[in-house]
Amino acid sequence: MTETNDMPQTTPKTGDNAAAIPALAVRNLAVHFGKNKVLKDVTIDIAAQAVTAIIGPSGCGKSTFLRALNRMHELNPDAHMDGDIRLFGDDIYARHVEPVVVRRRVGMVFQKSNPFPTMSIAENVTVGLRLNGMKDKKLLAGRIEQSLQMAALWDEVKDRLNAPAISLSGGQQQRLCIARALAVKPEVLLMDEPASALDPLATQKIEDLIIDLKKEYTIVIVTHNMQQAARISDFTAFFYLGELVEFDRTKKIFTNPARKQTEDYVTGRFG
Amino acid sequence: MTASNHHWRQFKNLFMQGLTLVCAVLVVLPLLLVFFHLVKEGFGALNWNFFTKLPKAVGEPGGGMANAIAGTFILLGQAALVGVPVGVLGGVYLSEYGSSKLNWWLRFAADILNGVPSITWGIVVYALMVVPMRGPSALAGGVVLGLMMIPLVMRTTEEVLQLVPAGYREAAFALGIPQWKTIVQIVLRTALKGIVTGVLLALARVAGETAPLLFTAFGNLGWAHSLKEPIAALPLQIFNYAISPYDDWHRQAWAGALVLLLLVLVINVSVRFLTRDRFGKRQ
Repeated sequence: MTETNDMPQTTPKTGDNAAAIPALAVRNLAVHFGKNKVLKDVTIDIAAQAVTAIIGPSGCGKSTFLRALNRMHELNPDAHMDGDIRLFGDDIYARHVEPVVVRRRVGMVFQKSNPFPTMSIAENVTVGLRLNGMKDKKLLAGRIEQSLQMAALWDEVKDRLNAPAISLSGGQQQRLCIARALAVKPEVLLMDEPASALDPLATQKIEDLIIDLKKEYTIVIVTHNMQQAARISDFTAFFYLGELVEFDRTKKIFTNPARKQTEDYVTGRFG
Repeated sequence: MTASNHHWRQFKNLFMQGLTLVCAVLVVLPLLLVFFHLVKEGFGALNWNFFTKLPKAVGEPGGGMANAIAGTFILLGQAALVGVPVGVLGGVYLSEYGSSKLNWWLRFAADILNGVPSITWGIVVYALMVVPMRGPSALAGGVVLGLMMIPLVMRTTEEVLQLVPAGYREAAFALGIPQWKTIVQIVLRTALKGIVTGVLLALARVAGETAPLLFTAFGNLGWAHSLKEPIAALPLQIFNYAISPYDDWHRQAWAGALVLLLLVLVINVSVRFLTRDRFGKRQ
């Protein structure tokens, strides 16, 4: 009985960031698609400039949770959301806030790399800026290098920026997608299993990159790979059946979780 | 599991394979027949005059179908102006915006329109344009062909837009790109090859239409001096010449048919050329 009473810890002590305002403050988030309830009453604070991993078995609602953070779930016309999400204090679901604006502040990288096939490497990086009206060639050129540097892709592609994006390897394409997301300078980067379709070497590059990026960005990453969560994240949230079961420092989740369910999952006993 | 059983199965397999091959060849055979027949009958009448001169009176040597060739291009140009924007944007609506209920009806309507006999289109435009304008005109001919293109272009546009992976749309939305820019710059650009193909094939299809032009464009043995005058078109001229009693005109009709077939062929070939994307052949 004591177990059910102790609520998931929503604001873990974060040391340096303890006093800082959370990048994303989620309160009582519930999402359903038609009659299908996918997320129930999720309350969580996501720390800025840290990596937060979302783990849980398939269908537990982790992708939906991620997509609610930049309102991508609204692409499904049956989606309905309750609760409150604040991005550095701003209500992203406030009536006058357009999803387009939210998504410029909260970028996203998908499981399957999806560079635009009609565009070159450089064009892919700048597409978010250009289609939002930026025309300054110098600025765009600078942003190409900067973003590709940040995505650890610059050295591999600097001699062929005008080559088609889809001529890159799978791992390079995914880093290009990361560069594309970074180019619009989001505050938060959401990653939905960004390395699950890649080989171990490419995966490692992405992981190194994520650790690097957290110096400047807040990263929320959904992963099926428990070792990956343990390797790269500072905080881990375990979702099960649409509920947030436990949220704490990654170290605690993987060594001494408060809930039996969490322990069973991270030790591979179910899921 | 006996040996004879094995042979029997092998035989059945070979037989079916042969049968499908024969049917596949049967598909190509009519095209070859048409082509060789047209070349045999029409090639002799093809010369410079045919492309540059107006028709001459019966019995006079020389003369050509310059007016009909130009007329066909003018009609196709007008048809494209009517059919392409409406068809493409309609297809965009079906693929990107519409609700599934409304889409069902729109698709249903487009499919019915695709099946409407072409002469029916002619009558409708005759009543709506030719009668009020007091006479057949190039304009009416262009409109009727354009109307026929709309459902064709709309359905092919929708189909190729549906082939664009949802991941590209999501990637664009996740960058904060507004939906209309996503559609124009990402989705349409990705599907451009397919859309151009659809448009050209629709043009090729209406290029040979005769029935709807009978009482709209009407035909003209000379040049049309404005879009309000009746205009010549290859299919019309072929029709008129073919039902005439003169050998001379029959030869010209064959030549006209050959030119029309070549036009359709050229459109089909250019589909393959024009749509190679800028990074060269990859798809």
